[in-house]
Amino acid sequence: MPDTPDVPRPHAHVHLGVFFQGVNHTTVWSDPASGSQTDFETFRRVVQTAERGLFDAFFLGEGLRLREQNGRLHDLDVVGRPDAITQLAALAAVTTHIGLVATQNVTYNDPADLARRLASLDVLSGGRAAWNIVTTDNAWTGENFRRGGWLDHSQRYTRAAEFVRAAQAIWDGWDADDDAPRTVRATGDTLDLEVTPTVPRSAQGHPVLFQAGDSPDGRDFAAGHAEVIFSAHGTDFDDAAAFAADVRARTVAAGRPEDDLKILPGTQFVLAATDAEARDKARWVKEQQVTPATALSLLGQVWGEDLSHYDPDGPLPAHDPVIEVIGETRGSPRRGKRPHEIAQAWRARAEAEHLTIRQLVIAQERERGFVGSPETVADELVRWVRHGASDGFNITPWLVPSGLDDVVDLLVPALQERGAYRTSYTGTTLREHLGLRAPLTQRVEAVARA
Amino acid sequence: MSTPPVLHVALEVDGAGSHPAAWRVVTGSSADALAPARLRDRVAAAENAGVTFVTFDDSLVPSAAGPAGRLDAVTRAAFVAPLTSRLGLVPLVHPAVTEPFHVASQLAALDHASLGRGGWFVGGGDVPGARRTLDRPVAAGADLLDETADVVTVVRDLWDSWEDDAVVRDTATGRYVDRDRLHYVDFASGGDGLPAGPSSRGTADGVRAPFTVKGPSIVPRSPQGQLVVVGRAGTVPGALLDVALVPDVAGADRARADGTPLVLVDLAVTLDAAGRTGAERRAELDGLAGGASSWTGSATELVDVLLALRGVVDGVRLLPSVLDVDLPVLVRDVLPALRVARAVPTPRPGATLRDTLGLPRPTNRFAATAATV
Repeated sequence: MPDTPDVPRPHAHVHLGVFFQGVNHTTVWSDPASGSQTDFETFRRVVQTAERGLFDAFFLGEGLRLREQNGRLHDLDVVGRPDAITQLAALAAVTTHIGLVATQNVTYNDPADLARRLASLDVLSGGRAAWNIVTTDNAWTGENFRRGGWLDHSQRYTRAAEFVRAAQAIWDGWDADDDAPRTVRATGDTLDLEVTPTVPRSAQGHPVLFQAGDSPDGRDFAAGHAEVIFSAHGTDFDDAAAFAADVRARTVAAGRPEDDLKILPGTQFVLAATDAEARDKARWVKEQQVTPATALSLLGQVWGEDLSHYDPDGPLPAHDPVIEVIGETRGSPRRGKRPHEIAQAWRARAEAEHLTIRQLVIAQERERGFVGSPETVADELVRWVRHGASDGFNITPWLVPSGLDDVVDLLVPALQERGAYRTSYTGTTLREHLGLRAPLTQRVEAVARA
Repeated sequence: MSTPPVLHVALEVDGAGSHPAAWRVVTGSSADALAPARLRDRVAAAENAGVTFVTFDDSLVPSAAGPAGRLDAVTRAAFVAPLTSRLGLVPLVHPAVTEPFHVASQLAALDHASLGRGGWFVGGGDVPGARRTLDRPVAAGADLLDETADVVTVVRDLWDSWEDDAVVRDTATGRYVDRDRLHYVDFASGGDGLPAGPSSRGTADGVRAPFTVKGPSIVPRSPQGQLVVVGRAGTVPGALLDVALVPDVAGADRARADGTPLVLVDLAVTLDAAGRTGAERRAELDGLAGGASSWTGSATELVDVLLALRGVVDGVRLLPSVLDVDLPVLVRDVLPALRVARAVPTPRPGATLRDTLGLPRPTNRFAATAATV
């Protein structure tokens, strides 16, 4: 990392978070070193490793219905996870500094209940809680809830904004001077409620707001409401820099200072002693992620039928997909895409490069994240944050629970040597770790403390 | 000669204490009252004294008379889960207030985090203001028992929707999970109002809106299979409970006849402490916030009362009037005396709450069905 005058943020530090666990095929469960995805001990190990590595935050995802494919429960990937806030409350007791981020849906939660549970986690953790706000209009998920699939697609960001404003009003409804609540009313197109809060302010005021929007509406929502955007732009520098510039412009347009919204792309690290070894390892990881059965399953998603009887080491199906649109409601990352176009492109590539089904699916897998020696990856991460492409990274380990060990043992020291990573926690709250200001409303106490 | 039956001692640890005026005799800010260290210390005291389980009272909607500050009960129970190893953790969740699907996930997560020491204290009684707070119909009154039966049933269904061995991690076939060991619950409740949603806004208080839950749960089956379900007799059908709480011993036979395996009697206590008699303390509290029925007396007298309950009920749930005053007396003088008399079980580290209570681990209802088809 050359110390040149054209580095716009010469003193920026890398912020790290860890995302545990994805219910997708990136988590390699077949490796002998892969532990239970359910036992509390696994979660404890990952969060404590991250805290040892002075990470800002530990994330839990959420999915309120088990994924399906072609009308049946999907059985090839890791599935099943704890309720996020409950699990984070337990993890708060065995950690002291790291932030605890719960992904929670605004369509199938009640604002009064969710705001209270998040605030409870925030108080119990000493100001370390955050909420990763997710929107959906998915009626298929709604089949598990009292309201069913009640929300129209066009209203999902309206609902999200109204829900977030209601939650903030509930949090701010506890008067710090009187140490007493006042009843707050929140109204809008999607809600009308009256809540008396029961939770006082935490050490950081209230939970930090994360959001993962990527569509123009999603980016505007983040620019208007979130404090951290958890993007998918964590592989290519130019792509990430363009995303960051766009999001900052939207943040300014929303009337906020541009550094009010921190950018933490989701990504993956594959580390080894040398760059060449790391590239070999990355290839191996991909092969583990795309098992023969997973290759046929991903193919079946595009073709819209069960192709598990095909030979994964044989050619692609000669016939066309039987569906016009990929399952809208089954939790697939490709939902809504045009299968005929994908199939045509896949067949053309397989033919040109002489690829079997599995080889083709592996080749189609997006190159993801950072691959190299700790020194190479550290240089690259420092380049990203010092040129403003992101404020840090949110890592999805491909192996649980040991997948974070080499990041903490090798990459973090390399970042510290470059003066781009904290050597100890300097604050106790998540807001302090991220360098976020106190929330804007009723900040008297927080300002006085700072 | 048969061994005299043991007496389980449970303890309510919510807030300042069970007396409505308890929070008014405790000084300090709300933040002090809700501090994690305070919660941790109380629960540790209960565990060290050999208490079988603690309950965490709760309400989403605060009562006008009570203290203003209160943290979510499941979140509190989860926080102390990794800090304890023998104590059962039983938070109150109201079945008409919290989404049934979330109830099942949250409590299953508590059972995983506590390695099998989770329970569910099924909330009862109308929750005034719940409809406005939640922006959806909330059952009340005569409908509440039916609503509660439906919610407890679907939560129990969801806890069984994963068989114990559903995660197979079969590298030969590439299957992480055996989908034949996962089950849709396809539950449909009773009720005759409109389903919750924009069209139900403006519904009167107390309407029981029908709902459905598809399943399966998002959480694999937990260590106990089914958490221990605790409720006040009469607020939950007895056959759906593992532990019934009754207000006096007269209610015990009825609860057993309703099919509940274990019956605990609730006993609010105001003990002699800090140079004052329990009666004096209760009179002072009553003067602040009306009367509340509470047993008063010395630690020795309470030990005698509890020993006399052996064989009459399966246990007692003690509700200290003021936790900061009564809990130290309970853990210093009452529980040790019961232990010396071999009247209480000694929970083992690593035992599940079911183990400690002598309740079997239930067979999975869906696995049992599959086997008989």
